[in-house]
Amino acid sequence: MSAGDKESPPRIGVYICHCGINIAQTVDVKAVAGHAATLPNVAVARDYMYMCSDPGQDLIKKDVKELGLTRVVVAACSPRMHEPTFRGAVFGAGMNPYLFEMCNIREQCSWVHVDRVEATEKAKDLVRSSAARASLLEPLEERYADVTKAVMVVGAGIAGIQAALDVAEAGHKVYLVERDASIGGHMAQLDKTFPTLDCSACILTPKMVDCARHPNIELLTLSTVKEVAGFVGNFRVKVHERARFVDASQCTACGDCAKVCPQRFPDEFNLGLSTRTAIYQPFPQAVPAAFCRDAAQCLGRLPLACGRCIEACEKHCIDFDQPDKEREIDVGAIVLATGMDVFDALTLPEFGYGKYPDVLTSLELERLCSAGGPTGGRIIRISDGEPPKDVVFIHCVGSRDKAVGNEYCSRVCCMFIIKQAHLLKDKLPDCKITSYYMDIRAYGKGFEEFYDRVREEGVLFKRGKPSEIFKRKGRLVVRVDDTLLGKVVEHETDMVVLGVGLVPSEGYRELGQILKLSLSSDRFFLEAHPKLRPVDTNIDGVYLAGCAQGPKDIPDTVSQAKGAASSAIALLNKGKVKVDPVVAEINEDACSSCHICEALCPYSALIYDTQKGVMTVNQILCKGCGVCPSACPSAAISMRHFTDAQIDAQLDALLARDMTETSDVSDRVPSQKVEA
Amino acid sequence: MAQFNPTIIGFACNWCCYAGADLAGTSRMKYPANLRIIRVMCSGRIDPQFILKAFRDGADGVFIGGCHPGDCHYVSGNYKARKRIFLLRNLLAGLGIEPERLELEWVSASEGQRFADAVTQFTERIKQLGRLDLNQPAEPAGH
Repeated sequence: MSAGDKESPPRIGVYICHCGINIAQTVDVKAVAGHAATLPNVAVARDYMYMCSDPGQDLIKKDVKELGLTRVVVAACSPRMHEPTFRGAVFGAGMNPYLFEMCNIREQCSWVHVDRVEATEKAKDLVRSSAARASLLEPLEERYADVTKAVMVVGAGIAGIQAALDVAEAGHKVYLVERDASIGGHMAQLDKTFPTLDCSACILTPKMVDCARHPNIELLTLSTVKEVAGFVGNFRVKVHERARFVDASQCTACGDCAKVCPQRFPDEFNLGLSTRTAIYQPFPQAVPAAFCRDAAQCLGRLPLACGRCIEACEKHCIDFDQPDKEREIDVGAIVLATGMDVFDALTLPEFGYGKYPDVLTSLELERLCSAGGPTGGRIIRISDGEPPKDVVFIHCVGSRDKAVGNEYCSRVCCMFIIKQAHLLKDKLPDCKITSYYMDIRAYGKGFEEFYDRVREEGVLFKRGKPSEIFKRKGRLVVRVDDTLLGKVVEHETDMVVLGVGLVPSEGYRELGQILKLSLSSDRFFLEAHPKLRPVDTNIDGVYLAGCAQGPKDIPDTVSQAKGAASSAIALLNKGKVKVDPVVAEINEDACSSCHICEALCPYSALIYDTQKGVMTVNQILCKGCGVCPSACPSAAISMRHFTDAQIDAQLDALLARDMTETSDVSDRVPSQKVEA
Repeated sequence: MAQFNPTIIGFACNWCCYAGADLAGTSRMKYPANLRIIRVMCSGRIDPQFILKAFRDGADGVFIGGCHPGDCHYVSGNYKARKRIFLLRNLLAGLGIEPERLELEWVSASEGQRFADAVTQFTERIKQLGRLDLNQPAEPAGH
């Protein structure tokens, strides 16, 4: 089975990395190298300060050429970190990259153990396991597949819009998929942006229009991703497009239909602070600039005959019978820009949200501030329509709060509140404004300066943790634990604004499961590396932009969107992707055609060959999970790169020593062989 | 008698548990040094025969780590692992191996702490159970 059967025995080079002191301070690397030198088939064992450095890689290349190595083991960090680096190095020395084996003695050894003796013994065991596995590694041929020259961007807030525009500008086709009836996302709901006080709509709507007009961008509104098949460069995405019931290409958004609609419902865009009709435009600047019909709320034609809008539409755009559509779209890369929702303030009943109309969320106040909002930009109390004389802001509602499961800081709320305090001061100069905070996080460009300015405008920032909001004699009372004075105070006020934090956008879990993406502990999508691969995911060809990855403000969102777009563009421009050769293989002589594997394979990669009477593996469909070989009663299936023989050899090597007796680490093997 | 230092073999799927173990390392969490992990792409790759071989050849405990239900990188490999482990645990008692020596944990790529805790608890459990001695006659299984 192994490559060594017919040829001469493998010649293994083993390299133990110090990683500066990351490994060397807990693991006696010289002792590990000494141990490696005694193992079967090991021709050379060395230790080196930084194996991933150029000189470290050159060391391997030189040994491969001069000592005729046929296998290479590097004991260093996780294979998830540097396996590609060293595969490249051995390939550069003329070896097949799959004859390289990585041994993880940093993340899973030196960094998690304290006792030097124990860590060194473990490192020796792991190196023995890797060397045994390396002996049985077989060369695998990499193949290449073409990349579909199109990108799907999921979510059309500012992140998705920016990513779509960048990819489209680079000359590639973009499918911009949006769940709602219009693109724009949460940024469209904002009045002003901090700290520059740019009008949000003024800077966003031109980009929305650019998306609609760009010849390379196809907008899919009212659409959600249902299934994703394939792999990097070759995804097939099934998109469900809900019926709009209005022909968006014909609708001129004249609004004649809405004028005759007898129904009224809370308007989602204004967060229920105003009403809309059953046939409606989400907001005046909506893109596509077309109405849509809320089928769940519309009276319909039967049994409640209405249909007045159909008659009112002169261009005959409205069709109540329009069906939902399913589309299959082939793309090379996917950008996830699914954004966020605001924390549901009803989760914290002590703040009286939903009970007292003058307790608002910060996003609701934003709609009140907006000239296009339900009050035309007038700040009033919802209860009586009067302007408030005293307003309290509460920070960190649903953020930095383990009790609600959100340990993280939402990053935008401090500045969002500071900006709103400024807007209120601007509109109501005599209004007394108090902001109760845990800590003020004004970390961005121009943030601290803006915070200073708003304090000078007379907004009072008090360090305190509000515990309760209740009503006394018709006024709202905020009970606050003043953490600087160390006493509980009660603050009578007219209006309370809850600075709600950010949470992952609804449906994040389902989408994560469809794409097989990992989530961070904060439930946002997990990036491939927190420092160096912040836009990549654990799935090649799937990139993150904006709040899908974690709370962030607009500049950071736009930056990440441009990063995701450039990653997708680079992939498309390259034109080819490697197809992983780690797939299952059938030994036709052993296959008894029982079909057990066929039922187990989640990718339908096992196909019965009626001519030969045996199962075969479709190597493009196979993803290399290895479920089938573990179930085959005839042992006819072999999992390349994870064969039974390789795993058995690892077990033999790991269990070869009685680990209850710890050997003396200082007893180093004489290092002639190490220096060879 | 010197303190019993058990031998524990681990199988971890590349996408969730192995990544979670890496995160435990990156975060410098600490756990006992008894575990030796063999990386596989999916927990569904773990043939029960690997586990039996580990026990036969000297492992005192076997720890399997996979993705949480619904999160499997390969759709459903973790469910297959769960079924196999369930059946295998039922057999172990008859072979004179306490079923508690075989553990299946779901650990996501972001759960470094969960990984460290699970390994710590499992190591403690195996220390309590003591060395696995297959030469002892099997105690009658509780059925």
